[in-house]
Amino acid sequence: MSKLTPTPGQTVGPFYGYALPYTKDRELLAPGSPGSIRLQGTVYDGAGHPIPDAILEIWQADADGNVPHRTGSLVRDGYTFTGFGRSAVGNTGVFTFTTVNPGPTEEGAAPFIAVAVFARGLMNRLFTRVYLPEDEEALAKDPLLSSLEPDRRRSLIARRDPDGGLTWDIRLQGEGETVFLDFSDAEGASK
Amino acid sequence: MPEELNLDIFNADPITEDVSDEATEAAPKTYAPAGPALDTAAESQADLSAEMKAIGEAYAQALKNGAAAETQPRLDYAPYRSSLLRHPTKDLHHADPETIELYSPAFGHMDVHALEADLTIQHNGEPLGERIVVSGRVLDGDGRPVAGQLVEIWQANSAGRYIHKRDQHPAPLDPNFTGVGRCITGADGSYSFTTIKPGAYPWKNHLNAWRPAHIHFSLFGQEFTQRIVTQMYFPGDQLFPLDPIYQSIVDQDARDRLVATYNHEQTKPEWAMAYNWDIVLTGSKRTWTENEALGAGGDENE
Repeated sequence: MSKLTPTPGQTVGPFYGYALPYTKDRELLAPGSPGSIRLQGTVYDGAGHPIPDAILEIWQADADGNVPHRTGSLVRDGYTFTGFGRSAVGNTGVFTFTTVNPGPTEEGAAPFIAVAVFARGLMNRLFTRVYLPEDEEALAKDPLLSSLEPDRRRSLIARRDPDGGLTWDIRLQGEGETVFLDFSDAEGASK
Repeated sequence: MPEELNLDIFNADPITEDVSDEATEAAPKTYAPAGPALDTAAESQADLSAEMKAIGEAYAQALKNGAAAETQPRLDYAPYRSSLLRHPTKDLHHADPETIELYSPAFGHMDVHALEADLTIQHNGEPLGERIVVSGRVLDGDGRPVAGQLVEIWQANSAGRYIHKRDQHPAPLDPNFTGVGRCITGADGSYSFTTIKPGAYPWKNHLNAWRPAHIHFSLFGQEFTQRIVTQMYFPGDQLFPLDPIYQSIVDQDARDRLVATYNHEQTKPEWAMAYNWDIVLTGSKRTWTENEALGAGGDENE
C-alpha cells in the first residue's frame, strides 16, 4: 500500500510540439534495417474523427523478449535498441513507429507493446497495450485479454499488414472504444 | 503577421510542423489595436463557473456521504470542452502490470546535457521576464527517490506566448526564450530548472478564458505504470477558480499538490526567485533489487 498520495496528472495540452518530439523519436531502429517493422494507426475521438494533437509512447521488449535496460532513447546511436519510442500524430491523426516484433517475455506469454496516450482534451494519460495477432493460444490464455468481453478484446490486438507491419487504431470514445488500463491497487482511489 | 517572422528566428524543429493545427486555424489574422474581435457566440465565464460549481458541490456532498477522496483529474469533465469527445466512456479496466510494464525506459546523461536544465541560456541574450529556479524531488508512492530518470518541461514565455503555430495569442514571442528544458534526476530524486516565470494566456474554451500560469512537466518513474504528464502552478493565482483544467481535479487537497511553494531561503539575491515542487508518482508494483532500493538508476551506475 502506498504511503504518499500521487500527484495528479493534467492534460498534455496543445503546445507540446516543440518540447516532447525529438529527432528519430519514433525510430526504435532505423527504418529498413533487418527485422524492422512499421507500427502504425490512427487516433480517433468519439465522433469518429481523427485527432490531430495526440502523442503516443511505446515501451517494449526486444525481439527475444528481453526487457531493455539501455539509455539512449533521446539521442539514438542507430544501433542500440532501447525499447522506447514517441510519436506525435500528424494532421490526419496517424502515428508511425519503426520497431521490432517484441518477443514473449515469459515462456508462452502473449507478446505485447505497452502504450501511453496523451492528447489535448485528454485530462490524464491513458495506458493500454497492443498485442501481436499471431499466437492465438497465448492470446487466449493472456490474463488481461481473457478478462475482457470478446468485442472489447479486439481493440487491443493489432492487424498484421501484408508488408509485415502492424496496424492498430486507438478510439478514445464510443463504438470500438479502446480498452484503457488502471494499474492502481484495487483498494486505491487514484483512478 | 508576427508569427511567421518570429518562427523563423527560432529555427523551429521541423517536427513542430507535424503537430500544427488545421490550416484554417493557422491562417494569419489581423488584430485591431484594441485586441482580437470577440466571439460573442462563445459561452461566458459565468456559464462555465456555474457548471464547475455544480460539479464541486456534488463532489462535496459525495465526500460527506462517505465517498473516497479523488486524487486524479476526472477524465470526463465537461467544462473543459475539448474533453467531451476525448474521454473514455467505459471504466478503466483494472490490470496487473506485467513484465515490460514493471520496468521503465532508461535515460541518462548521454540523452540529456546538463545545460538543458537552464532555459535562460539557450539563445544569445537574456530572456525577458522574472527569472526563477524551480526545484524539487521526484518520489515514488513509497517515498523512495526516483533517481536517474528523465524530467521534461515546457512553458509559455513571460508574456504568455508559446512558440507554436497554433498559439495565436497576440503577445510577443521572445527570441531568447524557447521554453523547453530537460534534466536527469539526481540520486536523491532531485531536479532543478532555471527559467522565466510564465505568463497567463487566453484560450478559447469559452469567452474570456485564461489559463493560470503553469509549467508542463513530463515524468518517468522506475516502472512504466508510473508515467505521468502534469502541470505545475504558482501559489495564489487568481485564475484557479475559473480554470476548467485545474478544476478538473475536483478535490482541493489534490489540486494543492500541483501548486509550488515560494522559497525565500533558496531565492538568490540579485538573481532569481526560488520555487519548490515535489512530485509523487504512483507506488511501485515490482520487488526491487538492493541496488535499485539504494537509488541507483539511469546510467549513473554504468
